[in-house]
Amino acid sequence: MKKQIVKNKRKTKKPNIIVLSGYGLNCEEETKFAFELAGGVAQIVHINDLVVKPTLLDTCDILAFPGGFSFGDDTGSGKAFANKIRNHLSLELHEFLSRDTLCIGICNGFQILTNLGILSGALTHNSGGRYIDRWVDLKVTGKSPWLKGIKNISLPIAHGEGKYIVDTKTYKNLKKSNQVAFVYEKGPICKFQNLDLNPNGAMYNIAGVLSKNGRVLGMMPHPERNIFFHQSPLWQKEKEILKRKGKSTAKLSNLNGDSLKIFKNAIEYFTK
Amino acid sequence: MISRLYILPKIKDSREKIYMASWRALGIKGKVSSVQILDSYTIDSDLEDADLQKIGRLFSNPNIEEFFLNELPSKIKFKNAIEIGFLPGVTDNIGNTALETLYDFFQVDKNTNWKVYTSKIFLIKGSLTKIDLEKIVFSLHNPLIESSAIINNGSLSIKVPKVILETKELVKKVSLKVSDEELEKIGKEGILDENGRRGPLALDLDSMKVIQKYFFELGRDPTDIEIESLAQTWSEHCKHTIFANPIDEITDGLYRTYIKGSTKIIRQKKGKEDFCVSVFSDNSGAIDFDDEYLITHKVETHNSPSALDPFGGAITGIGGVNRDAIGFGKGAKPIANTFGFCVGNPNDTRSLYKGKNKTQKMLPTKRILDGVVKGINVGGNCSGIPTVSGFIKYEDRYRGKPLVFAGTIGIIPKKINGKNSYEKEAQVDDYVVMVGGRVGADGIHGATFSSVTMDSNSPATAVQIGDPITQKKLSDALVKEARDMDLYNSITDNGAGGLSCSVAEMAKECGGAEVHIEKIPLKYEGLTPWEIWISESQERMTLAVPKKKWEVFKKLMDSRGVEATIIGEFNNSGKCIVYNNDKKIMDISMDFLHDGLPEKDLKTTYIQKIYKEPQLPKNSNRTKLFEKLVGELNIGSFAYISEQYDHEVQSSSVLKPISGEGRINTDAQVLKPLLNSKKGAVVSSSLYPFYGDISTYDMSACAIDTAIRNIICAGGDLNTLALLDNFCWCSSNEEFRLGQLKDAVKACYDYSIGYNTPFISGKDSMFNDFKGYDENENSIKISIPPTLLISAISVTNDISKTISPEFKEAGDCIYLLGDTDQELGASEYYRMLANEAKDIELIGNNVPKVDWKKNSLIYNLVQSAISKELLSSAISIHSGGLAIALAKSCVGGMIGAKISLKDFYGNAVSPDEKIFSESQGRILVSIDPKKAKIFEKHFSNISCKKIGNVSKDKKVVVLETNNKKFIDTDIVKLKKAYHRFSNTQ
Repeated sequence: MKKQIVKNKRKTKKPNIIVLSGYGLNCEEETKFAFELAGGVAQIVHINDLVVKPTLLDTCDILAFPGGFSFGDDTGSGKAFANKIRNHLSLELHEFLSRDTLCIGICNGFQILTNLGILSGALTHNSGGRYIDRWVDLKVTGKSPWLKGIKNISLPIAHGEGKYIVDTKTYKNLKKSNQVAFVYEKGPICKFQNLDLNPNGAMYNIAGVLSKNGRVLGMMPHPERNIFFHQSPLWQKEKEILKRKGKSTAKLSNLNGDSLKIFKNAIEYFTK
Repeated sequence: MISRLYILPKIKDSREKIYMASWRALGIKGKVSSVQILDSYTIDSDLEDADLQKIGRLFSNPNIEEFFLNELPSKIKFKNAIEIGFLPGVTDNIGNTALETLYDFFQVDKNTNWKVYTSKIFLIKGSLTKIDLEKIVFSLHNPLIESSAIINNGSLSIKVPKVILETKELVKKVSLKVSDEELEKIGKEGILDENGRRGPLALDLDSMKVIQKYFFELGRDPTDIEIESLAQTWSEHCKHTIFANPIDEITDGLYRTYIKGSTKIIRQKKGKEDFCVSVFSDNSGAIDFDDEYLITHKVETHNSPSALDPFGGAITGIGGVNRDAIGFGKGAKPIANTFGFCVGNPNDTRSLYKGKNKTQKMLPTKRILDGVVKGINVGGNCSGIPTVSGFIKYEDRYRGKPLVFAGTIGIIPKKINGKNSYEKEAQVDDYVVMVGGRVGADGIHGATFSSVTMDSNSPATAVQIGDPITQKKLSDALVKEARDMDLYNSITDNGAGGLSCSVAEMAKECGGAEVHIEKIPLKYEGLTPWEIWISESQERMTLAVPKKKWEVFKKLMDSRGVEATIIGEFNNSGKCIVYNNDKKIMDISMDFLHDGLPEKDLKTTYIQKIYKEPQLPKNSNRTKLFEKLVGELNIGSFAYISEQYDHEVQSSSVLKPISGEGRINTDAQVLKPLLNSKKGAVVSSSLYPFYGDISTYDMSACAIDTAIRNIICAGGDLNTLALLDNFCWCSSNEEFRLGQLKDAVKACYDYSIGYNTPFISGKDSMFNDFKGYDENENSIKISIPPTLLISAISVTNDISKTISPEFKEAGDCIYLLGDTDQELGASEYYRMLANEAKDIELIGNNVPKVDWKKNSLIYNLVQSAISKELLSSAISIHSGGLAIALAKSCVGGMIGAKISLKDFYGNAVSPDEKIFSESQGRILVSIDPKKAKIFEKHFSNISCKKIGNVSKDKKVVVLETNNKKFIDTDIVKLKKAYHRFSNTQ
């Protein structure tokens, strides 16, 4: 029996979010936390449980492929996990994306989405040949519900295979249809620690891309790691400035970081 | 049928440049014009070509890769190629994932006997001789675990690394009715097989005689599995005999008297304030985090395997200690990793050999360093555990045997399903369940191997490779699901000694166990029972699962891709019994197994060696020396390591391993493990192996003091601070080394009690000696300097109070807290001068002493100053003294400073003493000048001296008492020196 495809997004006060887990994905807890902090209801679902019960996607508004090391990057980052989805959930995922839903792939999740062909391009070994954890500055260049009202943002990256590869033709199309979500740029963090703007040799400095309809976002940087003020490399300096202005630092531990906005945008897509 | 898939990159492969660069150092500069890297999958299956084509699509991303079945396309022409694969039986993680992908794609049963083996093929263009290619091969692989093939006729051939074990006698009776000489030989070199001795049991004659007597009284010969099992359980690695045995007048032994003893006293003294929950009894130690949670910590060493296979050694080191968190109580979730490496000088090109006539060549230090760095990289990053804290020490005496430390911090709710999570007990009739990876020949004799000196008899099978994803699946399934569903009564790690130790250990909880060896799942056929029983194959836990919960447990594990197998039952028979099919092959009483090991009285002697005092340079300008010191290996940055370890996963990062504009390495790190709580954990570590040459007592004292001080400077709390010890010693059968040990442990007692900071866990590794031959074929013994790593952990109530070490604003006042004394013995400054003078004896004798009463006062005041937000930066003064603390504060903030050496507290007189002395208990802080008055009042009862100001001009200036410039440099130079080594790695 063919399921009915709902075309319009669900209007709800509390959107349902599924954060996938299993086989070495490892950022599911903090990604869930970020969505909940932004006002959603998130549950972590093991990929094998979704295979057994794909109807879970029927009531899901936002699907997140979190960061991690699915299958240890063996056979190429994101490949083995993508194969698993292709073998078992191809149709269901297609149906989910056909509805007016949102989807995000972060880091390893982005690698999975490109391997699935849901997002254009591919990700491969960093030019430096090494895994790297540092912060980057991003300029928002795409159009998407995820990115509403954000112009620039600084986030951490942590990956070995984050170099974005795309052919010229596809790139032109991506650019034309506002599907390049972010590009690396020289911003406050690069200036602060004297770092190269592009950490991995990504073509055209691309850090994230969107699906044609803007509802699927894939990005190498980790938005769930900048949900608190104290996570930025600049926070000690900024705290000192606050102190000298005579401002209270009592609530600093709960002060939110810039990227909560990305998660809030996703929630507000359904609530507003 | 054997088929092969080649995966070729369609785009420029980033890896090519890196390999080419690494080959430049091999003396073949300019000879390689290009290299192309192919990934190869050799598939042993009954699949047809059409299906294999489908697999090609699974293993390649069409945007960036193409694949070829069995043959390379004609467009690819090459003459020379190198293929690197795995030796039979070595864990091939990519091969395993590929196989799992095949099973899933074709929906076939996992017992289908397909295999996938991976290898890398380097097609190399250029004018290369055979010797050139051999040099490249040596740089690309480790012959202990990997195979290599040089192809110089332009065509590839396929070798399948399938494990084929010869049929062996399953269970052997070992007669102990032999001469003492033979008995000793069995203990030292192993049971005699058709093919010679099996490898070290590390049992001395006394132990062998006790075993002989036990079986004589039973009226039978022991089986090989019984002897091997006893050797594992009684190994130094497992029983810590040197710490347990009576030593001189200390009849209860060092461990019970000094380590456990001090913790007991501290806990009593603390009374209601006692924050220890589980100490020394479990896989990790645990303290209170808040009302609902405990945090655990454990630090392990993995030295011997890392010398042979640095990558495998380090990755299994980190994986193993992760299981110490997972195996704590009912299972703690790992929340942070720590690491530490002690290695030789990476520029050292001298060769070492284990065997005579230049055989069994050891890996060069640079390879060891790169390998261990990568091991922690893969192990930590793949597991989703932030690697937050670490260090490296370089010293010549670590070149024979490097030290690899790996630690894991965990978190666990205090109560799970209404029961205390930190208590566990296998119950009679519970199933013995093995969960995780399968058993192979890897890691056989690991525990006994690490209990002896490394020489030409060291077994190659002792090396293992980790599989972090198998462990991640296991960890998630247990700690995030099965634990909270109350599906098991007890759990422990399979580490040293494998099942022989884990089952025997858990059997203590109920009084016995029975195991059926034939039920244990194997990686391949052909292993004998004793091998299965003691194998240290990784990623396995042993659980006690109640019978009525087995079905649910098994179903859960299946659904998470985790293998779980019933291998026996727990009972209260008082015995540990092993069957192979229906035949009883091991039957030893629990009492004998655990307590049969004979006590040995240890004796020590200690002679204080006197070193020469160095001549200080005559001129009074120290700028050049200061800049040089900043760039010394043991002082400079290791940012290149910190930033290749994911230290931000779990979103808990507060104070990172790298801080400030100039990216300095921090001495303590802060994390916030519960995302909805403002509480944090502060971690640090310290070691002073060089002080040990002068006094191991002071070495211990300084390590404890520094580990504590590092934590205090970041905002930690002295009242909730716990310590961990890791003793890495050498030649522990020599009285002098035992004398050094006794002193070191005594200091642990004195200072933990002094600071009221209990030890909660520890580990030792007592024989870090290398015996072999140098490049002139002279026999050589290299012993590491006695090394004590102190790790510390503390809980802070509000992470927003955290302070980073770098200076923040121009104009801020700089204060020195504590006394600066004439304590330059074995300091970084003296060691640098001794190196320049090419006389390693010129290290002086005035090693720093620690006054815990004075320092406690300082630390308490700093703690309250931080909570009142009085400080802008705080840095602990340790190796390199005030000079280095100042340099790091400036480089971190990329801002200058001007200080004066006038009127210091303490007995230091000369400017060298003031700036380079490593006196303990000192902290360099900077403050907003507006707070100067209240700050000075706050510290009015201790030595607190304003020494200068942070300056805008980027200059770093140190003035002598007469206002003459003693040091005059700038932060650009210092930053360059500080990062020089790291930036070239």
